[in-house]
Amino acid sequence: MSAGAIDASGAVGQPRRPTRSRPVALARRRGVSILMVTLTCLAAAVAVVPLVVILVYLLKQGASALSLSFFTSMPKPVGEAGGGMANAIIGTLILIGIASAVGLPVGIGAGLYLAERRGTRLANLVRFLADVLNGLPSIVMGIFAWQFLVRPVGHFSALAGGAAIGAMMIPLVTRTTEEMVRTVPQSLREAALALGYPRWRTSLQIVLRTALGGIVTGVLVAVARVAGETAPLLFTALGNQFWSTKISQPIAALPLQIFTYAISPYEEQHAQAWAGALVLITLVLVISIVARVVTRARLGGGHD
Amino acid sequence: MTELVTLREVEGAPMPSASGPCAMRTIGLDAYFGSVHAVRSVSLDMPSNEVTAIIGPSGCGKSTLLRTLNRMHETVPTARVSGQVLFHGQDIYADEVNPITLRRHVGMVFQRPTPFPTMSIRDNVAAGLRVQAGDKPRRAEVDAIVERALREAALWDEVKDRLNASATGISGGQQQRLCIARALATAPHVLLLDEPTASLDPASTQKVEELVYELRRTMTVVIVTHNMQQAARVSDRTVFMLAGELVETAPTRVMFTTPSDPRTEAYITGRFG
Repeated sequence: MSAGAIDASGAVGQPRRPTRSRPVALARRRGVSILMVTLTCLAAAVAVVPLVVILVYLLKQGASALSLSFFTSMPKPVGEAGGGMANAIIGTLILIGIASAVGLPVGIGAGLYLAERRGTRLANLVRFLADVLNGLPSIVMGIFAWQFLVRPVGHFSALAGGAAIGAMMIPLVTRTTEEMVRTVPQSLREAALALGYPRWRTSLQIVLRTALGGIVTGVLVAVARVAGETAPLLFTALGNQFWSTKISQPIAALPLQIFTYAISPYEEQHAQAWAGALVLITLVLVISIVARVVTRARLGGGHD
Repeated sequence: MTELVTLREVEGAPMPSASGPCAMRTIGLDAYFGSVHAVRSVSLDMPSNEVTAIIGPSGCGKSTLLRTLNRMHETVPTARVSGQVLFHGQDIYADEVNPITLRRHVGMVFQRPTPFPTMSIRDNVAAGLRVQAGDKPRRAEVDAIVERALREAALWDEVKDRLNASATGISGGQQQRLCIARALATAPHVLLLDEPTASLDPASTQKVEELVYELRRTMTVVIVTHNMQQAARVSDRTVFMLAGELVETAPTRVMFTTPSDPRTEAYITGRFG
């Protein structure tokens, strides 16, 4: 077919009657197109500006206080040089561990239910409530955890903090698990059932395993999201100036330490807060990158 | 006819060998999707160690009929069955029959290859063995069964050097033969094939057809196909369905030379469908 069948806008269709205004209309369409592409491109650039600015500024402010000892030593009293956040780093890792122990089984189980029993009244209700829970302000989660996990016991604890941010992970993990399980083709379930797999084994051993790559990504994203949560920890984990890995005791956490140092009047502590922020954002970035690599490896592995 | 207690009692125990003339038989079978009456009062005998082909235009209910034979029909919401399906004389829709156990004796292969993507070639073939309740087969036994099943499916020579490779890395035709091997590994009495070559190239189709032809020695095969030449090539008996009803069933040679129903003749001579 000759190029004549394609008009200037690139659309293939009925040959149109040439009109005198055509060059004008064409110029206008081109103009609008260039304008829109420029505007959306600008919006895309602005969207990443905050991250770039934050990263650059954090590097500038935090790098000076950052050294190997920042990761290995404890906070020093005001006036003494050096010191680090070893307790806060280990605290954040422990809190993430507790949160995962709470959030992952519930989240993955709920997501599997929503996907495998889609359309039932209970599934629709749970999906709606998960979305509501997802939008719940984190400070509310903190107060709630304080009321039920701190007050009855009489003291703050890592367990309460981990439970609070673990509860925040649940809706995130639920929805990604549901999305991923839904992408598993129905034909795979039928193949397993036809082989004599009971329904529960089909769901766990075939469907969940097939969706695992995507679920791992979702889990890591959820971990990255709650790793930086501060509000729910204020009333639960509280923070700790000393080295503690006991989950029944108050525990330090990076976001809490950053908060404490940032509102203190001392320059050294401000620098430490910047360094802590840099470590925290790096931790989140690393988790996100690992999530991407894991996904890509899973996808690639499926085809070779 | 022998009473097959295994369906209701001994999970996973080997089935006594087929002794009745008909491995499967339906009596006044109706199948529905909600209010849609997909299979209408079908009574059909599927003789042991024969290949029965079900042909008919799209939407005539041939796949639905096939799926009532291993109770896969009921896995779809709103699906319903009434009437009887006898497996070696035993009604598979009786209350005490566990569909899970039944499906281990009545294997099925689908239109599109469905290898489990997270498993290796070996694990795919062994998948049905591992799920069988009771004692776990030892590794050497599993390997022997995997080799036998792959040989039966005419795939062994092509994959024997990469049994641990991902099952999604082989060609579509190989994947379909892998699915057949997976179904054969549990040594079913009946194998149901739902348009098994619909998504395959001619060379792979030929391999699968030769395989089906061989399988009748050890089992009963029911194959749904929209390809009349295929039915003529591989089957002993042919069943023609139209709008959910069984129009005619006859030995394949008779069906394709002297059909008794004018509708069958119209279909096989290509006047509709």
